[in-house]
Amino acid sequence: MRDFFTVSILVATIASGIRLATPYLLAGLGETIGQRSGVLNLGVDGVMQLSAFFSYWAVLETDNLWLGMVIGLVVGLVMGVIYAVVTVVLKAQQGISGIGIFLFGLGFSDLMFRRQVGTPKPANQLPEIPIPLLSDIPWVGEALFEHSVVTYAAFATVPLLAWMLRSTTFGMNIRAVGENPQAADSLGVSVAWNRTFAILIGNGMAGLAGAALVLELGIFQPNLTNGLGFIAVALVYFGAWRPVGIMSGALLYGLVAAVVLQWKAQGIIPRGASDIAAMAPAVLTILALIILAGRVQAPAALTRPFSRH
Amino acid sequence: MTSNRHLLRLLALLFSFGLIAAACGDSTDDTSADAGETAESDADSDSEDADAGGDTLTMAIVAPSASDDLAFTQSMIESIEALDRDIDLQVTDGTFVVDDAAAAIRGYAEDGVEVIVAHGTQFGGPLTEIAPEFPETTFIWGTSSDTQGLENVFAYYPAADQGGYVNGVLAAAISESGKIGVVGPVEAGDAVAYINGFAQGAMDSGDVEVAITYTGSFSDVALMAEAAQAHLSNDVDVLTGSSQAVVGAVGVASENGVPWFGTQANQVPLDGELVVASQVYHWEVVLVEMLDLRDSGTLGGQAFEITLENGGLEIEFNDGYELPEGAREAADAAIAGIIDGSVDTGA
Amino acid sequence: MKRFLGASIPLLAAGIAFLFGAIMLLAIGASPWEGLKALLDGAFGSWDRLAATAIKATPLILVGAGITIAFRTSVVNIGGEGQIVAGALLSTSVALAVPDLPGILLVPVVLIAGLVGGAIVGAIPGALKAYASVNEILSTIMLNIVMVQLMNYLLRGPLIDPREVEAGTRIPQTERLSDNASLPNIVPGVRLHLGVLVAVLAAVAVYILLWRTPLGFRLRAVGHSPDAARAAGINVKANITMALSMSGSLGGLAGAILVFGSEGQRMVTDGSSTGFTGSAGFNGIVAALFGGLHPLWTIPSSFLFGALLTGATNLQRVLQVPAPIAIAINGIVVVFVVSSGRIREKLDRMLDARSELDGPSGDDTATAKGASA
Repeated sequence: MRDFFTVSILVATIASGIRLATPYLLAGLGETIGQRSGVLNLGVDGVMQLSAFFSYWAVLETDNLWLGMVIGLVVGLVMGVIYAVVTVVLKAQQGISGIGIFLFGLGFSDLMFRRQVGTPKPANQLPEIPIPLLSDIPWVGEALFEHSVVTYAAFATVPLLAWMLRSTTFGMNIRAVGENPQAADSLGVSVAWNRTFAILIGNGMAGLAGAALVLELGIFQPNLTNGLGFIAVALVYFGAWRPVGIMSGALLYGLVAAVVLQWKAQGIIPRGASDIAAMAPAVLTILALIILAGRVQAPAALTRPFSRH
Repeated sequence: MTSNRHLLRLLALLFSFGLIAAACGDSTDDTSADAGETAESDADSDSEDADAGGDTLTMAIVAPSASDDLAFTQSMIESIEALDRDIDLQVTDGTFVVDDAAAAIRGYAEDGVEVIVAHGTQFGGPLTEIAPEFPETTFIWGTSSDTQGLENVFAYYPAADQGGYVNGVLAAAISESGKIGVVGPVEAGDAVAYINGFAQGAMDSGDVEVAITYTGSFSDVALMAEAAQAHLSNDVDVLTGSSQAVVGAVGVASENGVPWFGTQANQVPLDGELVVASQVYHWEVVLVEMLDLRDSGTLGGQAFEITLENGGLEIEFNDGYELPEGAREAADAAIAGIIDGSVDTGA
Repeated sequence: MKRFLGASIPLLAAGIAFLFGAIMLLAIGASPWEGLKALLDGAFGSWDRLAATAIKATPLILVGAGITIAFRTSVVNIGGEGQIVAGALLSTSVALAVPDLPGILLVPVVLIAGLVGGAIVGAIPGALKAYASVNEILSTIMLNIVMVQLMNYLLRGPLIDPREVEAGTRIPQTERLSDNASLPNIVPGVRLHLGVLVAVLAAVAVYILLWRTPLGFRLRAVGHSPDAARAAGINVKANITMALSMSGSLGGLAGAILVFGSEGQRMVTDGSSTGFTGSAGFNGIVAALFGGLHPLWTIPSSFLFGALLTGATNLQRVLQVPAPIAIAINGIVVVFVVSSGRIREKLDRMLDARSELDGPSGDDTATAKGASA
């Protein structure tokens, strides 16, 4: 215990927690936008795996990290178009079609990896970019301001999305079609268009999350996400459909995981208990859900396809 | 309704763009994936040559992880390919689920494959049923130190603690902070033997601390990477680890310029500069004995171990990494000591 | 007519999905025709392979039938993976505790233990939803994670094979389980074990439960409209808990059958749930959906997916096409089937006038609604 509370260890643990939180945050924020418009997407994990593979492959072949990020985004958007057709145009059951997208992503990324790359070859990793001045602040600088560009972008998106949802017409339309599509429709707000845009934003961010995950590691392997996308969906409920709430959830999840790893490294958690410790984030999330449940309301039209009749 | 139709059209347009993009991706892929393709066609022509040679042995392997995982499965495939025989090898990889593997093993046996490698301890259960059904077939099964009393099963296992010990000696010689980090998936199998041997070797050769983290998951690469990061924040300056998921940890080592020790297969492809040495499994040493026994009419019933002594374990050094003075000598002394029995690896 | 069309649309969707599969095969340089042959040969090529297909279908039938109960009560159960693991762990523990019980007793005992294990893990999200308004999608996902870690802990610690500890290899597996507990074959000379029969009977039981018992009526009433059900004096909360608990119990039964019907005759983990379940918890959802969320239709639908999965193993063996292609095809099937629900609805409406001639088909309409709701 004594070792854990040294400043350098705490700083390293916080930095590690923030790194771990980034993909959860990106995917969770995207899912939030979709759900605020009334569309549940359980396929996040599959989208992340697909974008992670294609992004990794692009970087492996070209060494161009920017291209990798763009490919991740594009794969996310393509999956978003498919999901919009399925859920908005064809009005399919959302929970289940998401599972379909998940299975497709899981299988197809595995197939492509084995056929096209095979062995886990290291690709370029996202560099850490210290922010001038801020990163010079003792301790805080190292913990908060020495990360990759994706991490900064993910956290910068939080106030941006909060503002967008609260104050822009687009944000209000999205909330309207998620709460009361009939009323929105009668006021001339297109339910289909707004939901489609929300889905595209959500899947695009899931795509970025996949790219962020794989490029932070510089390596791909089948089932890379290991269920991360599902946890991101859970964090949306945890965060009560608010960007700041999602951020808190992602940070909690990341930090708990980082603390557990740090304690394992220091031998504070005995080796025999390491599986039990690995349950901690999931158990904490369930506890948080119990505490929060009943105090927050889901978007009223969540998972309900909209028809005029 | 009209807006819906417009939407549909737009989506159709976007979708076709997506498909075109995917198609383009595919075509670039065919050229860019040249390496993989040629490797495969090589394998094909090999087997054709073998066919032409006449006296070809048909072999198959069923393995839990990918055939080029730079670890457990790759070590066996490379060993079979290194055998000085005409072999027609068929591979079913990435099959951890026992019943799927059993179906594949049985399928090969039904096809008349002569020698089938069941490359996973968990496949032992089905073998007790399958092996007696196909008494003419030789099954090679590991890692296990016994054949479960089956007459047409050979078993194999690695003395992974031996190479672990040597890597540990080297790690202690390299470490300046006196702290060495180990990451593993689940405390099991030859990973444990390797890691325990490693810790023993490191501590026998100096005043060093060895911190060991098991993440609890074979597949979570990201967690493995952060586990390595956690070690580094505790002043660890040398890392090693076991399992396929270490690729994440090697990435962390590369990023931070920290030396890395590999096991199971040569991990230099992951980082040409920082992988100091790898314990490599040369199963061919015992495979040769098994196949010779088969030729002379013994289809199984014996267990084999690969060790430093019989050459089945080898420490492969990376020429790209410059060892401090005396380290190589210490490692060679440890190898000699293990072979003559004067060094106890703690196993 | 309507019945025929209603059934043909998912088949059409499956056909399109397989077309995509053929495209994927072409893209990776394999012949779709050879692929199809390998697939069919692997799934139906011999009695043993047919049996392997049936055995692969077994957990899908059970999980799928369980999913039907949940969906008919308007709750979602994505916790199949965790429930399978729970049932497997409890039944394994029981078999380890009383290995010498004769088979005639031990087999039913381990199967019941599986039911109980799954029921407990299903009841948790059920109760959390009913009494604490916790969304069941999330709690089931989280419990999947918890159960995997519990499995890893138990198989590395309390339940580990003592020989593994002695040898120092510590592979996370139990000792070889008592032969008395292993599920007997039901057809001489073919590896078709009792589990298949149990699963089919369980699916029939779910059908009877949902449409022929007062409990089933209450569950469906809650699923149809919680408010109306409450007004009619039905305890909505208890029924929601009950639905997820029963749904989970079938997953748990699948877990027990996976352990005691396995040729491995022991439980082993690679640290993930997939390594043990082969994703049956998710594939069961696919099968249930393809069967229109009707427990009886889940049976043939599970056989279809079982065939796809066993066929894919053969595809890999014969053509070296990685087996994950089957998972990808599964995903496409799901997407097409749920999308086609809308088309089916339209057809239903078109044919409504004529459908009266077909006689009563209440279940059929319910099926169509279930699939597209």
